Amino acid sequence: MKPDCLPVPHLLRRRFVQGLAAGGVLLGLSSVVKPGWATGTKAVSRGAPVLSGTEFNLVIAESPVNFTGNPRMATTINGSIPAPTLRWREGDTVTIRVTNTLREDTSIHWHGIILPFQMDGVPGISFKGIAPGDTFTYRFKVEQSGTYWYHSHSGTQEQTGMYGAIVIEPSGGEAIKADRDHVIHLSDWTDEDPMRVFAKLKTQSDYYNYNQPTAADFFGDASRNGLKAAIDKRKMWNEMRMSPTDLADLSAATLTYLMNGTTPTGNWTGTFRPGERVRLRFINGAANTFYDVRIPGLKLTVVQADGQDVEPVTVDEFRFGPGETYDVMVAPKDDAYTVFAQAMDRTGFARGTLAVREGLEAPVPGIDPAEWLPMTDMMGAMGAMGGGMAGMSHGGSAGMGGMNHGGTAMDHSTHAMQAGMNMGGKLAKPSTQARHAKTEYGPGTDMRVDMARTNLDDPGVGLRNNGRRVLTLSDLRTIGGALDSRGPEREVELHLTGNMERYTWSLDGLEFGQSTPVHFRFGERLRVILHNDTMMTHPMHLHGMWSELEQDGGGFQARRHTIPVQPAQRISFLVTADALGRWAWHCHLMLHMDAGMFREVVVA
Amino acid sequence: MAIIGLGATPVRAQTGPAAEPMNHAQHQGAASDANKHKAAQDAMPAMDHGGMDPGAMPGMKPGKTETVGEMPGMDHGEMNMQGGSAPPDARDPHAYSGGYTLESGPYALPGPRVLRLSDEHNFGALLIDRLERSHTRDGNGASYDVQGWFGRDYDRLVVKAEGDVSKGKLQEARTELLWGHAIATFWDTQLGMRYDSGVGSDRGWLAFGVQGIAPYWFEVDAAAYVGNRGRTALRLGAEYEVLLTQKLVLQPRVEVNWYGRRDKARDTGAGLSEGVAGLRLRYEFSREFAPYVGVERVGKFGETADLARAAGERTGETRWVAGVRFWF
Repeated sequence: MKPDCLPVPHLLRRRFVQGLAAGGVLLGLSSVVKPGWATGTKAVSRGAPVLSGTEFNLVIAESPVNFTGNPRMATTINGSIPAPTLRWREGDTVTIRVTNTLREDTSIHWHGIILPFQMDGVPGISFKGIAPGDTFTYRFKVEQSGTYWYHSHSGTQEQTGMYGAIVIEPSGGEAIKADRDHVIHLSDWTDEDPMRVFAKLKTQSDYYNYNQPTAADFFGDASRNGLKAAIDKRKMWNEMRMSPTDLADLSAATLTYLMNGTTPTGNWTGTFRPGERVRLRFINGAANTFYDVRIPGLKLTVVQADGQDVEPVTVDEFRFGPGETYDVMVAPKDDAYTVFAQAMDRTGFARGTLAVREGLEAPVPGIDPAEWLPMTDMMGAMGAMGGGMAGMSHGGSAGMGGMNHGGTAMDHSTHAMQAGMNMGGKLAKPSTQARHAKTEYGPGTDMRVDMARTNLDDPGVGLRNNGRRVLTLSDLRTIGGALDSRGPEREVELHLTGNMERYTWSLDGLEFGQSTPVHFRFGERLRVILHNDTMMTHPMHLHGMWSELEQDGGGFQARRHTIPVQPAQRISFLVTADALGRWAWHCHLMLHMDAGMFREVVVA
Repeated sequence: MAIIGLGATPVRAQTGPAAEPMNHAQHQGAASDANKHKAAQDAMPAMDHGGMDPGAMPGMKPGKTETVGEMPGMDHGEMNMQGGSAPPDARDPHAYSGGYTLESGPYALPGPRVLRLSDEHNFGALLIDRLERSHTRDGNGASYDVQGWFGRDYDRLVVKAEGDVSKGKLQEARTELLWGHAIATFWDTQLGMRYDSGVGSDRGWLAFGVQGIAPYWFEVDAAAYVGNRGRTALRLGAEYEVLLTQKLVLQPRVEVNWYGRRDKARDTGAGLSEGVAGLRLRYEFSREFAPYVGVERVGKFGETADLARAAGERTGETRWVAGVRFWF
C-alpha cells in the first residue's frame, strides 16, 4: 500500500502556535490561543498521519515550523512532526524506502525492533548512513508486536523533528481489548541549534538551570530552620561542587514541550465516546526530557512497557525517559480530561486533552515544586541511611524489631564474605560490590558511588510521597516471563559516569572515542549491570537485543529495550546475545549520547 | 558531622536500638576496607549515623542475610566519592572488548571510523569577564579581562588577556597563550607563555599554572612564571559567585602578584607587589550578557610600594567600576 501522505514538505502548513515563554512562566497560557491556529492546523492537532501496510516511502526534508512564535526549520519525515505513525503486522516483512533530500547525511533507527543489524540504522555501526539524494531500503521481518517508535540516529536530527510512532498488531489479533486507540508521542523542541545548545553547556553546564540555590533561599532556610541547618543543608553540595537542582540539562528556558507535535497551548485532543475503553500509547520521543505523566480524574492501567505486555497495574502517574514507551488503558466517563506530562525538572509541561469532542478543555494542574536532590540520589544506599529518605522503603521492609537483626547480619557478612565473590548459587544474584573502572578516577568523572541502591521500587526524585500512586520498575511484570530460561554465564559491569561541570558524559569514565566495544559471545546469556555514578537518571538503550530487567535480588522482572537507571542506582538485566553484528548501546538523552555516553556492542 | 542527615528533605530523626548495631557493623566494614579508600583527595564528611535507617538498606531484610553480600565503603569517615587514584585492583574498562576495537573485528564497517561523537569534536568560547570603565581620585581608566578556549574536553588551547588603559595609553597588559590539560575532576593544568606589555619594557615568561574550582565553588587561577635573567613571578586569583537571585550575581574577586626580583623598568619590586580585592554586582539579562557595577581596592606592597612612593604615586586606590561581562 502506498503512503497516504505525499512527501511535499514545502506544503507543510506552518503551525502558528503560541509557544512557551523562556523562563518557564507556564501557567495560564491556555488562555492565549492564537486565532490562526485553530483553522490552520486541525489535522496536526489530531496527531500524526497513519501509514499502514508492508511498503512505505519516507522522505526526509527540511520543513518550516513555528512552535514558539519564531519560524524555524525542522528536519521532518514526510513533512510532519511527529512523523507518520507506521502500522505493521507481526509476521509481515516490511519494506521502507527512506529518501534523503537534506544537505547532510541522515538515517532512521527502528527503536526497540528486533532485526538484522544492517537494518538497525545507526550510521557508522550498522551501515554508512543515507547520503544526500540517496534512498536506502530497509527490509526486515517484523517478529514482535506492540508500541515502538522510530527516529533519526544522525547528529541532532531527532531533536529537530525526526521521530514517529510504530504500532505493530499481534499476529493473533490484539489481546488487549480497546474501543479506541491513541498514540501520545511526547517530545521536546528548541528554537536553538541543538549543537549550539551543546556548546553552551560545554561552556557553562548550568546554563539552562534557573532553579539554582540562591542567597535568598539560604536566608529563607536560615530564618525558618536556623543558621546551622541552612549551612548543613548546603555544605556537602558545595564541598563536592555539585548542584542539588541539577535535575535536567535543558529546561523550559530553551525547550518547548510537545504532545503529538503540539504545544500545550495548541492542546492536542484525542476524542472518545463515554464508556469506551481507550488505549493510550505513550512514547517518550524527547531528546532531553523525562516526563511525569498523569491524567487527573483517571486511573491509568499500564498494560505494556516498551511494547511488551505486562500484567496490568493501575497507577495515578508514571515517569518515563527518552526512548521508553508505556501503553495505558483508561476508561473516561466525563467530557474532558487533561493529559498532563510535566518535565522532571518542573520547569514546564506538555499537555493535551482527552475529550468527547474537539475544543473542550479540563483544568490544567499546576506544576509540582522542584525538589532538591536528596542524598539517596548522590550516595545510593548510604544516602538512604543518612537521609532517611522517603520512597526508599523496600518491599517487606524491616520494622523496628528487624533492624537489630539487620545490623547483626551485616556485621556477620562483613566477615563471612570475600569481596567480589558471590556465595551460594553462582551468579544467581547480581553482584552488589561496586567495581569502579580504573578510568573513573580522572577528570571525566565527578563522583563514584561505592554503595549503590539496588531497589526498583523508587519512583525517583520529585515523585516520592507525592500522594499519588506512581509506577515504579518493581510494578512491571512482563507476561510470559523471560524469553530465555538460562541463567547468566557471566556478568558485565558498566558504570554510568560524567562530569557535570565539564559537561562530559561517558561509561566507565571513557567517552565513546576512547572506548573499545563490549563483546557479547554469540548465543550466550549474560548479565549486564549498570551502576550509576552520576546524579542524573539515564535511560540506557541497548539496540538489537532485549534487556530483561532483573529484580533487586535476581529473578526476572520485565523485558525492556530502554532501562532508566536512577542516580546512585545499580540495576541488572539479562541479555541473550542472539543477534550477530555490531550494535549501539547508549544513554537516550541525546546530548549525553552525543557527549560519548555510548558503547558499541559486538555480538560474535 | 550531621551534614547528610540534614539534607534538603525532612529528616527522619530515627535513633534508638537500631543505631547501635549499625554503628558496630560500620566499624567492621571500616577495618576490612581501610586500604580501599586510602587515597582520599576530597574526603567526604562523615555521615550522621544517628539518623540512619537500616530498614532502608538493600539486602538488610532480616531472614535474608545471604543477600547482604559485601558492604563496600562502609568506612564513612574515609569515604571518597571524588578524585583519588585508582586502587590496583580497579576494573579494566577494556576487559570486555574481546580484543576488538571500534575499527577492527567482526562486522566492523570497512574504512576509517565515521562515527565520531562530540567527545572528538572541538568546541570553544570567548569570555570577556571584565570590560569596564573605572573611576578613581586620579581620573578614569578602562580595563579588560578576557579568557578564551578552543579544543576538546581534556585538552584545549587557552588564551588569557588582562590589561589596563588610562590616559589614552595601555598601561599594563598581560597576555598568555596556554595549553590547558585536565588533570582532575575540577582542575586543569596550563602550560605556555606569558607576555607583558604596556608602559615600561616588555617581558616574556614561561607559564605554568592550575585553574579550576576548589571546594565550595571558589574559582581559582594560580600560576608561576619564569622569565629571563632569573625573573620569577607568582599570580593567584580567586573568584566566587553569590547568586542573590537567579539572575543577580554578586562576585567577590581577589588577585595577588608576587615577583622574585626587582624589575625597575616595570615599577615592580621583589616580593608581594600588588593585591586587588573587588566586588561586582551583575545582572544576567542572559547568561551571555551581564552588565555590572562594582568597587575594587588596589594596593601596592613592599618594595613595589616604595617604588611607587618614590615616583610620587599612590600605593593604594579605590576604583569604582561599571562594565559588562559577556561571552559567546
